[in-house]
Amino acid sequence: MSVARAVAWRNIHNWFTNPALVMPSLLFPLFFFTAFAGGLSRVDSVPGFDFDAGYTTFVYGFVLLQAATFGGIFTGFSVARDFESGFARRLMLGATNRGGIVAGYWLSALIRAVFTITVITVVALIAGLEVHGNGIDVVGLYTLALLMNAFAVLFGTGVAMRLRTMQAGPAIQTPAFLLLFLAPVWVPYELLTGWVQAAASVNPVTLVLEAGRGFLVGDPTKVLPAFAVAGLLVALTTLWARGGLRSAEKVA
Amino acid sequence: MNQVLLLARRSVVRTLRQPAMVVPSLVFPLMLLAINSSGLESTTRLPGFPTESYFQFALAIPFVQGALFSANSAGTNVASDIESGFLNRLSLTPLRRVALLMGQLTGILALGLVQALTFVGVGLVFGEGIEAGPGGAVVIVALSLTISLAFGCIGAFVALRSGNGEAVQGVFPLFFAALFLSSMAMPRDLIEVNWFQTVANWNPVSYMLEGIRSLVIEGWNGEAIALGFACAGGIALIALAAASSALRTRMVRT
Repeated sequence: MSVARAVAWRNIHNWFTNPALVMPSLLFPLFFFTAFAGGLSRVDSVPGFDFDAGYTTFVYGFVLLQAATFGGIFTGFSVARDFESGFARRLMLGATNRGGIVAGYWLSALIRAVFTITVITVVALIAGLEVHGNGIDVVGLYTLALLMNAFAVLFGTGVAMRLRTMQAGPAIQTPAFLLLFLAPVWVPYELLTGWVQAAASVNPVTLVLEAGRGFLVGDPTKVLPAFAVAGLLVALTTLWARGGLRSAEKVA
Repeated sequence: MNQVLLLARRSVVRTLRQPAMVVPSLVFPLMLLAINSSGLESTTRLPGFPTESYFQFALAIPFVQGALFSANSAGTNVASDIESGFLNRLSLTPLRRVALLMGQLTGILALGLVQALTFVGVGLVFGEGIEAGPGGAVVIVALSLTISLAFGCIGAFVALRSGNGEAVQGVFPLFFAALFLSSMAMPRDLIEVNWFQTVANWNPVSYMLEGIRSLVIEGWNGEAIALGFACAGGIALIALAAASSALRTRMVRT
């Protein structure tokens, strides 16, 4: 526990005191939200678009998941940076329980995600976000987001601990980017066409996104499958991160 | 002239030799085009949408997005020359500042040409062709190069002012904001949110996109093409003058 706390504290401290790290985590989801909630707002007039809470809320459902997921991905970059600088190797030698290192990175990703989500939610509320769901729906929505954050950080940590270099960046980022953007991002699934609809139909993030939007509009849909998928992703990436830790231990 | 050509050759070789500069500037714009054109196809059902294919509408985006990567590459290259001391050594030669800058930016123009030809090719293979015909394709490439030069000059200016690559990377999100707050995803007259429409109206990136877009989906629209060239060329001139001034300051310090 003390190892996790120390790793989390260091990571959070580095993040909050370095604008080059904080700004991308905040700016990219905000750009997406502003550009698409503002620029594409007319999309809710497309025949077949059926979302009572409006297009701003529809886009917020995606940007929330994006912010949570990329909070985890950027923490994966921090792990890679720690290995490249040699700090992680010293950490491995000093830690009494090395599992605590992964837990510490997860804890810092959680705090980073909570901060980013708070900022984005405030901006979204100012921009006209309407939450029709009740308290339980809201808890469900943010729990799903934090599960995606855990999935992303565990995946990123697993990759970073295996490759142990900043060159791991694209390997961490690209799968997460594809999973997020091959879901019904700008329009509901029914309005997707072509290969993106085919990809969205087998993409687990589609379920999570649709359940999140259901919570926002106060009409929970696909809740159990969404939580099952998110839970499964976390379980699989926990094993993946544990494998990464074993790989890093061999060279420590 | 000979020295400028040498600098230009060095700049081209250095840029095209780095896969980390070339590959993302081609792959990411095309990935976004592929995802958005399929994901937003239903938008074409909106009354007043200028085409029945979102792919045709969105084809202009990779040209500008690729140019944004050029800005980053140009800035990073110039910053690396400052950090390594190469620019200090150049300052001892009798080269004129603008010539020196243009030599440094030739690599970005070469990358811009590779990007423009690739995106035109993708448009011809996967889309419904270019409404303005082969002549239109040539104008698209020319406009795309002007846009690359404009953003490249901004990248060079930032690098010369700050002297480090990290500052260039820090400016990169601002370029993306300029792209996102434009008529990138929707025609300006169909943007519903007032403040967004105002920003898009004032944003020169909207006119760069619309210049290329008009050739793809409309044919020859003189006003859109002229505005596209005026915005890109104007920014290129202002940024080149600013970069030249920053270079003078840096040389005086040397």
